[in-house]
Amino acid sequence: MSLRSITGVNKTVHHEGMEIVPVRHWGRLTLAAFVVVILVVVVTSFATNPHIDWSVVGKYLFSPAILNGLWGTLQLTFYSMIFAIILAVVIAVMRISESRIVSGFAAGYVYIFRGIPLIVLLIFVGNLGLFFKEFTLGIPFTDIVFFSVPSKDVMTPFIAAIIGLSLAGSGYMAEIVRAGLLSVGRGQHEAAKALGATPSMTLRYIIMPQALRVLIPPMGNELIGMLKATAIVSVIAGGDLLTMALGISGLNYRTIEMLIVATIWYLIVISVLSIGQYFVERRLAEK
Amino acid sequence: MSAIQNATANEGTEKPMSTTAMVSIREVDKFFGDTQVLFDINLEVQAGETVCLIGPSGSGKSTLLRCVNHLEKITRGSIRVDGDLLGYRAHRGKLYELREREAAQQRLVTGMVFQQFNLFQHMTALENVTFAAVKVKGVAKADAIARGKSLLTRVGLEGKFNSYPAQLSGGQQQRVAIARAMAMDPKVMLFDEPTSALDPELVGEVLAVMKDVAETAGMTLLVVTHEMGFAREVADRVVFMDSGRIVEVGTASQVLDTPTNDRTKAFLSAVLR
Repeated sequence: MSLRSITGVNKTVHHEGMEIVPVRHWGRLTLAAFVVVILVVVVTSFATNPHIDWSVVGKYLFSPAILNGLWGTLQLTFYSMIFAIILAVVIAVMRISESRIVSGFAAGYVYIFRGIPLIVLLIFVGNLGLFFKEFTLGIPFTDIVFFSVPSKDVMTPFIAAIIGLSLAGSGYMAEIVRAGLLSVGRGQHEAAKALGATPSMTLRYIIMPQALRVLIPPMGNELIGMLKATAIVSVIAGGDLLTMALGISGLNYRTIEMLIVATIWYLIVISVLSIGQYFVERRLAEK
Repeated sequence: MSAIQNATANEGTEKPMSTTAMVSIREVDKFFGDTQVLFDINLEVQAGETVCLIGPSGSGKSTLLRCVNHLEKITRGSIRVDGDLLGYRAHRGKLYELREREAAQQRLVTGMVFQQFNLFQHMTALENVTFAAVKVKGVAKADAIARGKSLLTRVGLEGKFNSYPAQLSGGQQQRVAIARAMAMDPKVMLFDEPTSALDPELVGEVLAVMKDVAETAGMTLLVVTHEMGFAREVADRVVFMDSGRIVEVGTASQVLDTPTNDRTKAFLSAVLR
């Protein structure tokens, strides 16, 4: 009987012949009711809004143009993430270099690309052709040129978007990677050193694998952040989901409907990524 | 083997004069910033000898040990291990500072066991023991695994090949660490307070393994320790350090039973009670 009263299985419990009255959490109940009311109001105001034509949402949700945009967004996310991680690792390793110039360069890189708003960076990269007419590979400050191409041929909006997203993302990620590298104790470096491992071996076999466990959860967040950041690419018409959705709305004047279409897809992809993140983190916790 | 040498007997010679000296430390000073932590250290350790470094904390004994495998750079003087000048390559009358890669190669002569074990947390016991043999020495994986298993068995961990460090007790971890260092076939084993981080009941098992290592033919041991019983039983010589200086050197019974220096006496009466 006492066990039941502790677990509160039955509503009216008795102890030493008296009924036990549980604490009523009035504040909690009020807040819950309030939240439900707000939710209902918001949902109905969208669902029953005469200015939102839900059939348009249904019509365009799986339209080729939208799916094309979705594919563009996924590609942008994928490539930008890959390049950002590579840059981030390089910059993070440079940041902990013993050379002041090298670590200073890395610090400056992080400062610049973390500091510039993404939208500014994207417009900048997207319009590089305005002030660099051609891209040239050669030896600086000499006339030796290996090849040269007009910038407008190379800097398509898609490429510009990947560059902008990678640079911006790498600024943040470099700091995450650096934190991960620093989270591995000095003793691990010394043990590897004492066994005759070179610095590069130590980094590759000892430090990185251990840093990875610290890195993966925040990197998952960065991936989701990157997916959302691709929407900003629409300012340079980068061929992403939002660009497509807005493009269609420019023709049918159904802006809100097209935004809802885009929103649904963003939420679907983010849900998939979040589930993946959950399993990866659970896997890491097991080890 | 346990030839008692005056610490400063070999002062002032350019080349290592005794061919059997496995570790030769000459006139070593060491600074951390402006603080001097080692003062004119002279010590020769013969091949096969076991030398225990004792002394109060902050006396510089761990720093000296770390200098012997070049984890710390000395400020003045020289350290030769197995005839090689640590950190430098002599060429046409000049000493060239070694690159990291070359210094790493030079460190293979010494094996080190740390106070905090420093096992690689993401590797099993066996992987810890085989990693450097395979990656650094280029030993075939199958050979390294066979050797690693035999070493782990030797330190009493035959059932723990696939355990991760987090699954092992402190004493077990330290024994893996000893096996890991031994796997590189070093000529000198350096122990930096190997039992200080252990629960009291686990100290014995690690000391037993260290004793076994000391009895390995030709193995030279340099042990920083607070275990006076171990020093008495295993050490050929005991070095007492205080405030960055070698104060007294002699056989275990000389230093521990009949110390001549007042600071040695004070330290021993405090630890032995």
